[in-house]
Amino acid sequence: MKGFDLMAILLNPEFRSMLVHGLQVTLTIAACSWLLAMALAVVLLVIRLSPSRITERVVAGYVSYHQNVPTLVQLMLWYFGISSLLPGALQGWLGEHSGEALFAIIGLGLCQAAYFSEDLRSGLRSIPAGQAEAARALGHSYIGSMRHVLMPQAVRNALPALVNHSVSLFKNSSLAMAIGAAELTHAVKEVENQSFRAFESYLLATMLYLVFSLLIMAVGAWLGQRTRVATAR
Amino acid sequence: MLTDVFDILRDNWLLLLVGQFPNGPLGGIACTLILSVLGIVLAFPLSVALALARLSPWRLLNWPATALVYIARGVPLLMIILWVYFLVPLLIGHNVSGFVTMLCTLVLYEGAYLAEVVRAGIEALPNGQMEAARALGHSHLGAMRLVILPQALFNMLPSMLSQFVSTIKETTLGYVINVPELTFAANQINNQLLTKPFQVFFILAIIYFVVCWSLTRAATALERRIAARRAGLAGAKPGKPAPLAVQPLSAEP
Repeated sequence: MKGFDLMAILLNPEFRSMLVHGLQVTLTIAACSWLLAMALAVVLLVIRLSPSRITERVVAGYVSYHQNVPTLVQLMLWYFGISSLLPGALQGWLGEHSGEALFAIIGLGLCQAAYFSEDLRSGLRSIPAGQAEAARALGHSYIGSMRHVLMPQAVRNALPALVNHSVSLFKNSSLAMAIGAAELTHAVKEVENQSFRAFESYLLATMLYLVFSLLIMAVGAWLGQRTRVATAR
Repeated sequence: MLTDVFDILRDNWLLLLVGQFPNGPLGGIACTLILSVLGIVLAFPLSVALALARLSPWRLLNWPATALVYIARGVPLLMIILWVYFLVPLLIGHNVSGFVTMLCTLVLYEGAYLAEVVRAGIEALPNGQMEAARALGHSHLGAMRLVILPQALFNMLPSMLSQFVSTIKETTLGYVINVPELTFAANQINNQLLTKPFQVFFILAIIYFVVCWSLTRAATALERRIAARRAGLAGAKPGKPAPLAVQPLSAEP
């Protein structure tokens, strides 16, 4: 075994560009699927708050499916399964335009939307009913009371859970490797294969993942500090 | 479409259930479940030790445990699998199977996650429990073992069950290092058929859903029972409602 030499990888322009490209793909997948998940989570929450029993059941089923089926299996179903049902021309287009990353974004986004919507819902449920009643009594419309009174408190209550699930979304972006997306874990395997320096390449990737995860946790803690208010108990 | 699903199930149910068992390693659902049960059972003692170390005032115990928990929370499981795959053969001197690699990974990863659950369970108990136990002459560890942990672990049973569900979901990653578990079996079927990927992965998703959904429901039911029991302990005896000081007026004529 060769001696430990981190610079052998960092100073090699080819390995460095592979790692940088992997990191870019990882961050793109994570950011896009986060946005998709958040947008969808709000839609799911609104549907679930509507009084109709049927739509409520449908959303509950959606959440239950995405929470009880492993994320990797969901990605495989998207990439191998659902893509095979698409028309041929679209399949060809996806093959040329890194369909793996696109399906990873869709799969991860839809999966995490279930978690985010549950976080927001339990945040909303933890607000006393008097808040909604008082807001309506003060003349807010339903939408207005949601926007100005209830949602700010719900998001604040849900913040720790949302941050945790954002971190796990970032970590789950590594699963895209299993369907062939050229993200960070994939790049590390490549670097390891070419440099025969497993320890150094794994160490670099682990550090990169750790830095970004801790960054998300730190931003969450900072937001928590900023939005903290003295609540009477 | 649906007939395809039933055909695939009829032709491959044994592969999905036990893999190539009598002629090869145990696989399929059996492998997934054995892997998750062993993973969570072996992770449990590690998690209690880590939780106690996290709560300890000694930095020598506190810091490494905190670091391990943050690493497990911040690094993808896939990356930890790569590490174990690379480090364990170096440490013990000979190659290990994918099953053992995956088991070691799950124990480390789940140990760190469960440690946070255990810590939350210990911290959720009122301080008076520890103070009373110490006042009665127990040592710190004695109080932990005889007073704090039995209560904390009992209250945590639902969380542990949902952690078990997470473990089942995490075993799917064994597919990447060729552990012959359920996802691997489904991919084998898919590679044989080649033309029906949607049906095969749909079956796979349904199997995982059925297993994990029933366990999640069990966790919810357990949580409700434990909450009811705790409410009963705090108030009157469980089962028998406390006699009311004032008999309520009957609404019926």
